[in-house]
Amino acid sequence: MALKGLDIFKLTPKKNCKECGSPTCMAFAMKVAQGSVSIDKCPHMSAEALATLSESTAPLMKTITVGAGANEHKLGGETVLFRHEKTLVNRNLYAVTLCSCMDDAEVDQKIAEIRKVDYERIGEREYVEFLFLNYAGNGADKYVALVNKAMAADRALVLNCADAEVAKAALDVCKAGKPILNGANKDNLDAMNAVATAAGVTLGVTGANVSEIYDNIKALEGKGNKNLIVDCTGKDAKETFANAVLVRRGNLKDQDRTLGYPSIVNLAKIAEGDLHMQTALAAAFTLRYGSIIVMENMTYAEALALYGLRQNIFTDPQKPMKVEPGIYALNGADENSVCSLTVDFALTYFLVSGEYERSKCPVNLLITDASGMSVLTAWAAGKFSAGTIKKFFDEADIENKIKSRTLIIPGKVAVMKGEIEAKLPGWNVVVGPMEAVQLVKFIKDFSA
Amino acid sequence: MAFTPKKQAFNAKINAVTLGTGDRSIVIGGENVLPFYTFDAPIDNKPRIAVEISDKGLEGCVSEGIKAFYAGCDSVVDMAVKAQSMEGASAICLHFESADPNGENKSVEDCVALAKAVADAVEMPILVMGCKNIEKDAQIFNAVSDALQGKNILVLSAREENYKNVGASAGLAYNQKVGAESAVDINLAKQLNVLLSQLGVPDASVCMNVGSSAAGYGFEYLSSTLDRVKAAALAQSDKQLQMPIVTPVSPETWGVKESMSPEEESPEWGPLDERGIEMEVCTASACLVGGSNLVIMRHPAAVATISKFIDSLM
Ligand code: SF4
Repeated sequence: MALKGLDIFKLTPKKNCKECGSPTCMAFAMKVAQGSVSIDKCPHMSAEALATLSESTAPLMKTITVGAGANEHKLGGETVLFRHEKTLVNRNLYAVTLCSCMDDAEVDQKIAEIRKVDYERIGEREYVEFLFLNYAGNGADKYVALVNKAMAADRALVLNCADAEVAKAALDVCKAGKPILNGANKDNLDAMNAVATAAGVTLGVTGANVSEIYDNIKALEGKGNKNLIVDCTGKDAKETFANAVLVRRGNLKDQDRTLGYPSIVNLAKIAEGDLHMQTALAAAFTLRYGSIIVMENMTYAEALALYGLRQNIFTDPQKPMKVEPGIYALNGADENSVCSLTVDFALTYFLVSGEYERSKCPVNLLITDASGMSVLTAWAAGKFSAGTIKKFFDEADIENKIKSRTLIIPGKVAVMKGEIEAKLPGWNVVVGPMEAVQLVKFIKDFSA
Repeated sequence: MAFTPKKQAFNAKINAVTLGTGDRSIVIGGENVLPFYTFDAPIDNKPRIAVEISDKGLEGCVSEGIKAFYAGCDSVVDMAVKAQSMEGASAICLHFESADPNGENKSVEDCVALAKAVADAVEMPILVMGCKNIEKDAQIFNAVSDALQGKNILVLSAREENYKNVGASAGLAYNQKVGAESAVDINLAKQLNVLLSQLGVPDASVCMNVGSSAAGYGFEYLSSTLDRVKAAALAQSDKQLQMPIVTPVSPETWGVKESMSPEEESPEWGPLDERGIEMEVCTASACLVGGSNLVIMRHPAAVATISKFIDSLM
């Protein structure tokens, strides 16, 4: 929260020595509050006072870095509540649960399942970033054994363990990987804080409601710990949703820095055993303020939907998503199959390739570099012209890679037909439909 | 002093619109808070789910789960009756896919006959979805609205190109509810509402379809449009954007490869039905959290999940 003149005045030495150019410390403080004078004009400010002031100008929401090496991730750092206001900074990440109550074979099998879902979608790796290790109260040995197995899985870790002693034993083996220790509450605050700070890891803190969460964060900050994450999980979905929204809104809208930490939402707890419900909730928390979303599983079916949603929501509104230019052979197309040309805007690619796939007709989809713009925008901006198409054909060596000489162009740029024919002698340029939805019928008729 | 979160209920609210008649009628909208923000103020009317039934029946249906649910149904009317028993369903959405002049070109008379037969057989509110052909849709909406007078149906949708026709017939002459469809642009959404109101269609007879897309397929445009429309309607009290939002989910999600690609083609993806359900669930949830007051869905498992999801947040 921006400091008021009076707050700043309290931090001045109250000498009224005029060295700052103002007649009194009070007058100086008022000017600083307005932003017309910088605080360093007073040579007598104490280090603590300066620290407090710089704190008040720091970002509202902290960026917390967890994990190490290839499994290092940034969380938080958001400046707005809705993506249209500016842009969302750090996409939400996913965790899948393991438990010290599972036997070795179960743990191995689940880790193998988790590792199966690991693929690329428009330049982004999609996989489960965290393993969420539940402590079942069955002794440090069992928990440490689980941690050891999890460490071999090449993922960042969240230790979900409210027993400080057991947490300490676990951190002794895994602290180098910068796991999150989740489980601080009002009853174990001091002990958990001591264990987390000694190991240098992020501490997850929770409370029975937003007020208690707030008090717990305040207490931890009072002990100098600002490496925190808020576990917003309540007793059910409704309470968890309220916590996540109230924490983020209190932070970014009402400008309370105490709430300026990323969040954990544990869907395995509030929708245990109901995978479809977990997907519904995961989608909701992708939009409304989950930083780490904890699931019981991440099947391919869940991943395809949820990672697609996440990628959309966390795109920068100023920067369109692009796919790699090149030849995309669809439905078993070979060098003799007809070619269809479009731009590298990801949405265009998805719509066009999706429709062609539905048609089941073999097509070589040629994606040309158009700076990630849609067909008409790129054409208007000169990024999709006979010249750029010719350049693409040369660079991608289309003439030699493909024997077919039929090229379908988007109906929206029918005007380019003549120019393209002039630049690409020997090619039969065909004008396709205006909209992607018409492609199935078009290509079926064309191939018939 | 203990921290108390600030409340954010607005002075403005979303219009409450009634669909259907009698015991099974539903009201959507009416809230003065952001979607599911019950901690700011209570939400009287929970979001609802309409079950989409194609006039083609199960032709082209790739989902085993959907086929199994309608096993034993001999007609579209049977299916509509059966859909009423789907856990979480509140309305039936009859989709005239085969009316498309570029496809089967089913006649307006046949569409009307089917709509009447369905309306005679079901008690839930009826939504009628067209084939996306501007002229044909206007004809269908006109004729169906006439034939189903008194049923208080919702026609989807009036668009910029045919709003006069659809608004005048469905909205004015036959006193039905009109869906105003625009493509993920808050200004176009507003403009269409203004045009309909200039035509004389009462605000309380209008719902908006501000666009639709599947998760992963440009969903950011829809998501931001929903966010912006709700912000304008509530925070800025923009009367021309206070209509409840209706979003067709299933026509989008069942058209993408995640939901359609047979298991043989990508074995690692697992069973098709499961992928279709997850796409529908994920997309519907994201629409509802953004501000849809009614979503149109297909798969019984997805409908049951989303219904439970809605109840769990209310
Ligand atoms: S220089 Fe500092 S101590 Fe002196 S009058 Fe200004 S603010 Fe007060």
